[in-house]
Order: sequence, then C-alpha cells, then structure tokens
Amino acid sequence: MAHAATHDHHDHHGAPASFVQRWLLSTNHKDIGTLYLIFSLTMFFIGGAFAMVIRAELFKPGLQLVQPYFFNEMTTMHALVMIFGAIMPAFVGLANWMVPLMVGAPDMALPRMNNLSFWILPFAFIMLLSTLFMPGGGPAGGWTMYPPLSLQGESVAYVIFAIHLMGISSIMGAINIIATILNMRAPGMDLLKMPVFVWSWLITAFLLIAVMPVLAGAVTMLLTDKYFGTNFFNAAGGGDPVLYQHIFWFFGHPEVYIMILPAFGIISEIIPTFSRKPIFGYRAMVFAIASIAFLSFIVWAHHMFAVGLPMGAEIFFMYATMLIAVPTGVKVFNWVSTMWGGSMTFETPMLFSIAFVILFTIGGFSGLMLALAPADFQYHDTYFVVAHFHYVLVTGAAFSIMAAAYYWLPKWSGNMYSETWGKIHFWSSVISVNVLFFPQHFLGLAGMPRRIPDYNVAFANFNMISSIGGFWFGASQLIFLGVVVHCVYFSKKKAADRSWEGAKGLEWTVPSPAPHHTFDVPPVIHDDELAHGDTSH
Amino acid sequence: MTSGGIRRSVTAWAAAACASFGTAAWANPEPNQLNMTKGVSEWSPYALHMVGFWVCVVIGILVFGAMFVAMFRFRKSRGAVAEKWTHSTKLEIVWTVIPVIILIVLAKLATGGLTSFADTTGSEMTIKITGYQWKWRYDYVDYKGKGVDKVGFMSKLEESSDRTRQLKSNLDPAKIQVDGYNTYLLDVDKPLVVPVNTKIRFVIVGGDVIHSWWVPALGWKIDAIPGIANAAWTNIKEPGVYRGQCAELCGQDHGFMPIVVKAVPKAEFEQWLTTQQDEAKVQKAAQTAQTAPAPANQG
Ligand code: HEM
Ligand SMILES: [Cu+2]
Ligand SMILES: [Cu+2]
Repeated sequence: MAHAATHDHHDHHGAPASFVQRWLLSTNHKDIGTLYLIFSLTMFFIGGAFAMVIRAELFKPGLQLVQPYFFNEMTTMHALVMIFGAIMPAFVGLANWMVPLMVGAPDMALPRMNNLSFWILPFAFIMLLSTLFMPGGGPAGGWTMYPPLSLQGESVAYVIFAIHLMGISSIMGAINIIATILNMRAPGMDLLKMPVFVWSWLITAFLLIAVMPVLAGAVTMLLTDKYFGTNFFNAAGGGDPVLYQHIFWFFGHPEVYIMILPAFGIISEIIPTFSRKPIFGYRAMVFAIASIAFLSFIVWAHHMFAVGLPMGAEIFFMYATMLIAVPTGVKVFNWVSTMWGGSMTFETPMLFSIAFVILFTIGGFSGLMLALAPADFQYHDTYFVVAHFHYVLVTGAAFSIMAAAYYWLPKWSGNMYSETWGKIHFWSSVISVNVLFFPQHFLGLAGMPRRIPDYNVAFANFNMISSIGGFWFGASQLIFLGVVVHCVYFSKKKAADRSWEGAKGLEWTVPSPAPHHTFDVPPVIHDDELAHGDTSH
Repeated sequence: MTSGGIRRSVTAWAAAACASFGTAAWANPEPNQLNMTKGVSEWSPYALHMVGFWVCVVIGILVFGAMFVAMFRFRKSRGAVAEKWTHSTKLEIVWTVIPVIILIVLAKLATGGLTSFADTTGSEMTIKITGYQWKWRYDYVDYKGKGVDKVGFMSKLEESSDRTRQLKSNLDPAKIQVDGYNTYLLDVDKPLVVPVNTKIRFVIVGGDVIHSWWVPALGWKIDAIPGIANAAWTNIKEPGVYRGQCAELCGQDHGFMPIVVKAVPKAEFEQWLTTQQDEAKVQKAAQTAQTAPAPANQG
C-alpha cells in the first residue's frame, strides 16, 4: 500500500505527457475511470447495433433481413455485450472515478491491478465479437447458454474464454474497490458516513466476488462437456441439464443486482442534490441494499419455475422472491420522501433520476407479478419477461448511468454540458423507451414467446410500434454522444467546483476538472457537508 | 385451495378486470390483444394474474401520485424552501408492514394455485410429449385405465407457413388463415387430439435439447428436458382448437415449432382413437408381411 500511496512521486501536478504512459500504462483512478466509461459507451453502441438488427427483423411478420440462426446470434450477443460490456464496466468506471473522491482517498488501493482489470476487457470483447466472423458463427444459444443447446455451437471455447477474462477483470475490480473503501477512507469518514453510492458499491463488490467464480465454474463445465468428454450436463452420460441452470442462476440473479445496486447508489446521490434536502432514511437505505444483496442469493430458481421443480422448491423460491419487494419498496418510498418537502429543480441528471424511480418501479411491479409462480407458468419466456428486464435494466441501470454522466461530467471535464441538448436527449429517450418496451407487456400476455425471429400476424401491430420506438431510442443515444463530446471538447461554460447548487460531499470540494491527483493530504470531514446530511441523530 | 377457490375469492377483482379488458376466452392470439387469456381449462392462473396486476396498479397510483404532487408543490421555482427532516420511524414502519401484508395475501393465493397445479392424481388419460429440433411427438399412453396401442405421431409446422417463413419468400403471412383466424406459424400438419371434460396427464421430455410446451389457453408451460420426465395436467372445458408455441430457445427453428391442441367431445375422441389404433394395426400387419415374406412362402 505504501507503494500505491507514493507512486508517480515526481509528477504531482499533471498527467504523464506521453499517450502510452498516460493511457496504456495508467495507474491513475481518474484516467482508468475514463477508459472504462469510454469502453462502456463503445460497447453500448455495438450492443445497440445488434438490437437494431433484432428490431428491424421483428418490424413485421415474415423474415425479411436475416436467417433465424443469425437472429439468435444477435439476441445472444446483444445481451452479453450489454451486460458485460456496457452496464458493468460503466459502473466500475464510475466507481473508479468517484469512490476515491467520495471517501477522500488519493487513488484506488491497488492501482496496478486497476490497470490490468481494465486492459483485460478490450481483449475479452475482441475475442467475443470476433466469433461473429468465424465460419461457425457466434454463440446463438442465448446469453444464459443452457446446455445441451449451447454445446451445439462452434464458438463455445472462444465465448467461454472471453467470459473467464471478464470474470477475472470483474473480480480484480471488486477486490480493488473493497480494499479502497475499507482501507483508504480519510480520517473521520466512518462507514456510516459514507455516501450511499459508496455503500452500494461496497456491497456490489462482495456480490461480484461471490458469484463470478460460480459463473466461471459453470462455463468451465460446459467446456469440458464439449471438448473433454465429461458429462456434467449430459443426460445420456448420467449428467443433468437442469444442474447447469441452478449453477447459472446462482450467479445470474445476484448478477442482476450487481447491475442495479450501484444505480440505487447513484440515484441516492442525485435526488438529494436537486431536492436540496438530505436523503430520507440514510440507514434504512443502506440496510435495504444489504438485505436485497443477501436475499439475491436465495431466489435464483424463480428463473426456473417452468423446469418442473418439486412443489416445495417452487413455494420456497416464490416466497423468497416476493420478500425482495419489501426492501425494494423501502428504497422507492424513501426517494419519494426525499423529494417531499424539498426545493426541487429539474436539471438533466434529476430528470433521468425521476424517470428512473418511476420506470424502475414499473419493472419492479412486473417482477412482483413474475414472482407469482403459477402466473409465471404463463409469463415465463415470453415478451412479458423481456419487458420486465428492459424496464429494470434500460430505464433502471442505463438511465442511472446517464444520470451519473450528466451529474459528474462537470467535475470530470471542467465544463458544463448543454442543458438544452441534455433535456432534448432526456425527453427523446424517455418517450421512445416506453414506446419500445411498454407494448412488449401486451405481446407477452397475448402469447408471443421471446427469442423468436418471426411471429403470427396477430402480434404485428405492437411489434411494429416497438420497433419504431427502438429505432427512435437508438437514434436518441447519438444525441447523448453529441452532448458528451461537446461538453468535453467544445463547451465554453466552465463548471464551478461545486457544480450544482445543492451538491454536497467531498467530490465537490476539489477543483473542476478534478486535477490528476487529489487528496494527497486527507481532507477534514465536516458532518453537515456530507451528501446525506448529519446521520448522527 | 383449488384454482376454483382462487377464482371465487377474487370474483370482484376479476369482474373489474374483465370490464376493462373484454371478456372473450381467446383460443388464438387476437390482433392487438392486451391481456392474458382466461383459458379453457379447469386450472387457470388468470385470476391470480389479475389480482397481482391490480395490486401493482393501486400501489403505482399512490406512489407515482405522491411523486407528482411533490414535483408540483416542492419546486424551487414556486419558492419552496427545503425542509430539514431526514427520517420518520412511524412512516418507515407503515410502509414496511403494509407491503408485507399484501404479499402474504398474494402468497396465499399463489400457493393455492401451485398446489392444484401439482396434483396430477385422478387423471383419466396419459399423453407423452417429446420435443425435438424442431417438431413435437405425441404418444397416447393410456385412456380410461386401458393402455393405448401404438398411437403416436410427429406434429410439425404446416407447409404453407413453412414456405412463407423462408427468408425473402415474398409470400404474405396475412394470407394464411383457418376459419377466419390468421394461423401463420401457429398451425401444424397433425394436431394433438384430446377429449374435453377429461383430466389429462402429460408426461413431457426432451429428445435432443430443452424445449418448452406451451399452449396459453391451457394456462401453463413446462420444459421438455432430455433425461427428465416432467408432469402436468389439463382438463379442457370447451371443444375448440388451441394454439401455442415452443417457449424455450432450442436452436435455429425455435420460432417454427407450433403446437395445436384440438379438443373434441368424448365420443368423437373415442372414435378418432379407434381409427388411429386400427390404422396402426394395419400398418403393423403390412410391415410384418413385408419384412417376413420368405418363411411364408416356404410354409
Ligand atoms: C422487485 C424485484 C424483482 C423481482 C421480484 C424480479 C423477478 C423476476 C423473475 C421472477 C424473473 C423470471 C421471469 C421468467 O423468466 O419467467 C425475472 C427475470 C429477470 N429479471 Fe427480475 N425481478 C426483480 C428485479 C430485477 C432487477 C432489479 C433486475 C436487473 C437490474 C432484473 C433483471 C432480470 C432479468 C435480466 C431477467 C431475465 C433473465 C433471463 O431470463 O434472461 N430483475 N425477474
Ligand atoms: Cu432473478
Ligand atoms: Cu424451442
């Protein structure tokens, strides 16, 4: 650790001048955070391009553009790229940038490992994406990779190796975040004074360490089943295909919370800022995150209600899943109470946060319905589920990331983004995303299965509406790109250190843009200067 | 509690639901259909689904309502000054306890649905379903306590849909109709024929990869998994043709392996079954005649 604290000793005031030194060999949390965010935005557009192919093929009945097998490659790749390439790295990038700034640390605890965890990712994704150009094609068995189907693919080995790399990257990132939060806080920054965002990442990091190895184990068993003659999941050899699903979802459900807990943290920073009122029920918020994380380990089989589990198991997993609605509800109620009695303004980050609260809650509602096992016998594997997870992931996780980008861009770049264009991006996104995903509830209830390239004429209208919403939403994200590029390179409006009137917390005490090195001397903590107010009473 | 019980206990909910979503018991997906079908079987999760739905609607109105009031009243532009309070134990207890109570009610209803779904006892008939890439096989195992001899067949996407669904076929999916319903991708060469008012037990397995057998009008889907025999049951109350699809990704033609269940009056079914059995016998006889001609000649 001593080493980490003193690295770059001769270079106190600025970043290294050489490009290679600064970006490839970087050990600076801010630069690595930037790399993660750029990488994630790139993946967001690649994954988005796959989604456009999907929605174009589904624009009307009949196959117009792609063969069914290629369609399956698109759905599989879209999910893998968005989950592991866009959402997760974006949150890690935000943690890299903001956690040290929020706890008053000079850098991450393990800066060299930080560099390694980022630079693994581009290689993992080049490998994953390259399968699309190989003779056998990319993976087409769905992101869940259920055997025996996934083992019919030709690119299994590439995909599994890519997943191993992503897992290693995530685990190293998580260790780094835990080490930073537990060891590098400025004196006086007690655990229960940390911003909710830092808490949410501390808990998420433990989830990552717990479940990424489980995923690695599951896919390794796939690999040996395919190439080394084992029979873990091969019924003919005495194995059990359902075993894979248990292992996968033991990873998979905590994984979906890995993609939403940091979002809870972000929203809990932004809403108090623009309500000019401390977060309501700080301790309850932290406790809710922790209990959601705990419960996420005992609900995995709600993804398997239709595999024919024994009734006792269905009942257990149904009750446990329903229980998650309670802490989730607490969070929503507390956000609303934070707004109540505040003095609100509606800048772009706040608009995205408000949309998050409403639309994530709609995703939570469909989650609650899905948790009712007998009803899930109908909903499962239909567009109703597709609507559910896009409400929680797009209008949940992705919206929170956009909110965070608008919120902290002034700190990162030193410039204010264009509020007008930010608002145009917001309204265009929030309307189109509902045109895109809301009709999918109807399609699922009416009987349209997910992961199909073509459908009966009865499903035509809502699919066409959904596709129009999809193209519109996709195009709206180009506005986002424009706003970010303009803000960083062209904006004339300089940001104040405290870029938002109601913003509190250590990150707003350093200059904008945040200099290459911050908190070389630990800051002094004043309780009433913390984002969530004084929690001592 | 049986699903009938669920239904009775929530008649009011369901009635309100029907009022807003129409009352038809759809056998096929309807154009612009908004809601789940009520189904035609004795067991249906429809009532539970509607209760869940209305619970969400009510909570949604309260929460979003409060949010909009807050956004209107507590705007800085209207001169609102931020208050200082940061918690209220009383409120926090209230909004923890009320959801718990609602969840207990939902859990009780859902548990009843699960119990009745799991109860395959007292069935009068058994059919074995096997999923293959990309068609279904149906084998009639027993009917009214007697074994059924060699009645089994493959059921796959019917030919005109299959031609139309080819990439750039330029054929119009809207033209594929049966009895005024569009049946594009929802029709097969040979449907599963079953009797009404009979408790039918299905034994469902996968022949190669995992598939999932789903007919919305029967109220459930269940996976067809290699090496595992799943069980489910239905008791169809109305004669009719009920359509569904494979619901578990099973490879390139996953979207093209529909399911059609034709429910007919018992007498008609029995007649159909006899014909099938006779045909099977004739076929078997023909086969034996073909494969063993030499000894016959010698004799
Ligand atoms: C109130 C909280 C939630 C409940 C009760 C809930 C419940 C469920 C259930 C029961 C399913 C399985 C549906 C099926 O396949 O039949 C499901 C699927 C899913 N949920 Fe949630 N969920 C909740 C929140 C979330 C959150 C916060 C996320 C992610 C940010 C999420 C992401 C997903 C995803 C990705 C799937 C589909 C996975 C797949 O099959 O590919 N859910 N949810
Ligand atoms: Cu889950
Ligand atoms: Cu299938």
